[in-house]
Amino acid sequence: MAVLVYVEHHNGAFKKTAFEAVTYGRKTADSLGVPCVALVLGKADGAGELGRYGASRVLQVQDPALENFDSQVYTAAIAQAVQAAGAKVIVLAHTSNGKALLGRLAAKLDAGSVSGATALPTANNGFRVRKNVFSGKAIAEYELKSEYKVISIAGNSIRPDASGSPVAVESLAANLPAPKIRTLELKRIEGEIPLPEAEVVVSAGRGMKGPENWGIVEDLAKALGATTACSRPVADSGWRPHHEHVGQTGIAIRPNLYIAIGISGAIQHLAGVNNSKVIVVINKDPDAPFFKAADYGVVGDLFEVLPRLTEAVKKMKGS
Amino acid sequence: MKILVCITKTPDTTAPVRFSADNKEYNPAGVAYILNPYDEWYSLVCALELTEKHGGAVTVINVGPADNETLIRKALAIGAADAIRIDANPSSALFVAKQIAGYAKDKGYDAIFCGKETIDYNGAEVGPMIAELLDLPFLSFANHLELDGRKAKVSRDIEGGTEVVEVELPFVLSAAKDLAEQRIPNMMGIMKAKQKPLQVIPPAPFEDKAVIAVYETPPAKSSVRLIDPENMDELVRLLHEEAKII
Repeated sequence: MAVLVYVEHHNGAFKKTAFEAVTYGRKTADSLGVPCVALVLGKADGAGELGRYGASRVLQVQDPALENFDSQVYTAAIAQAVQAAGAKVIVLAHTSNGKALLGRLAAKLDAGSVSGATALPTANNGFRVRKNVFSGKAIAEYELKSEYKVISIAGNSIRPDASGSPVAVESLAANLPAPKIRTLELKRIEGEIPLPEAEVVVSAGRGMKGPENWGIVEDLAKALGATTACSRPVADSGWRPHHEHVGQTGIAIRPNLYIAIGISGAIQHLAGVNNSKVIVVINKDPDAPFFKAADYGVVGDLFEVLPRLTEAVKKMKGS
Repeated sequence: MKILVCITKTPDTTAPVRFSADNKEYNPAGVAYILNPYDEWYSLVCALELTEKHGGAVTVINVGPADNETLIRKALAIGAADAIRIDANPSSALFVAKQIAGYAKDKGYDAIFCGKETIDYNGAEVGPMIAELLDLPFLSFANHLELDGRKAKVSRDIEGGTEVVEVELPFVLSAAKDLAEQRIPNMMGIMKAKQKPLQVIPPAPFEDKAVIAVYETPPAKSSVRLIDPENMDELVRLLHEEAKII
């Protein structure tokens, strides 16, 4: 028996969500008393580094069919690695591609699955895994009753632990179908941490009055090393790009710190950010509903408060 | 072309979240249900646009009890030609996917559409499960689609960006925001919906592999701590020393 972690990479680079998945897999494997095997698909140098995060073995499949993401091909490769490693528990990061693989693998292995787990499994009362449901208003504890179990872990749910040592990479041969999906174009915003992975998010709404005023939001984000986000009306009016929209119909995030500037806090917006660990709300309207969901609040004119906050952050970081 | 659109119901965003006394069941008392927005606004409407442009018809399918028929009729009012209801409680994602895949497998659909996720459990599992069970390509989080003959060009959301891919029919797709514009059913649609076929079929037996054992409600958030807008050093100090997050 083993725990298999499918480790995602982008052009050979591993991200924080990948390290989180390996650490989660290692801790799960430890509690079951079995090895943790990491699986890397496609070209990526330095996959042995995953040993630092707890992989006792690293398997790598290199095949031209894996050059671009096609969930059908990737699922076939992972299923073959599951057999090769003798794995019964499969862990993935809850990313856009990870979600597609989770469902496919559960169907292929006839497995119980948990999508977006927020805690390590417990085994003293059946194999149980927790996740947030109803926009963070409740937690559901799932019991998985199948031989195979597939779990995707929500970002920012576990701290990557790099206390291990690199291991040798074992190459694994797989028999893969030809991809049916052809990638024409891949556009990623460079040099910025994508919202689902960001630990600190600075988000602004209609209170900014117009796109020309975003400089002070970006200044604060830069001082904090944060990613910028926005509310739905802001994205809908084209003030900010669509991929910055957080909320029910945008991206759901769970950073350590969410700073909401000039956002009133409609329930649909809260649904996407409720799971943030700490929420700071800055709004000139003391009756803005967002204050009810906030840990810290500042009632004031954001055009005055923001530069002051940015200076205070710089002063603290500089000291 | 023939498109099968999977629809489900979810509690309205503003609905109270309560559980039975033993916390084992969701308590639906006083809860208003809606069609899952991703299913209704984007997936269904995109499928309708395709059939309006290229010919064919949209069938909607739901796994759920008889109460769901009001919401199924709404999907018919928006423009689906007919509906299937598989008469069972949707007890897990794999259960639902098996029912839908089992129904669809010999019907020759050109595409099967789902919403990207439900707004209550946010699983995003049923779409890829159906794709795997039917051995079809899966395109998740589609925000734009163009069809040229049997070839589709699809743009999809990925972390911090977009991916554009090309694929041939048939495939399974999950719909994200911007794939289509929400349509409000008009009076004519609502009248016609009453006459459209809604077939009820029994479920295939399947034992759930994942069940919710218990729910928990997180402790209520303590009230907000207000900071003097003149004193942002204090806010930074609290975030650094008390919350320990910066």
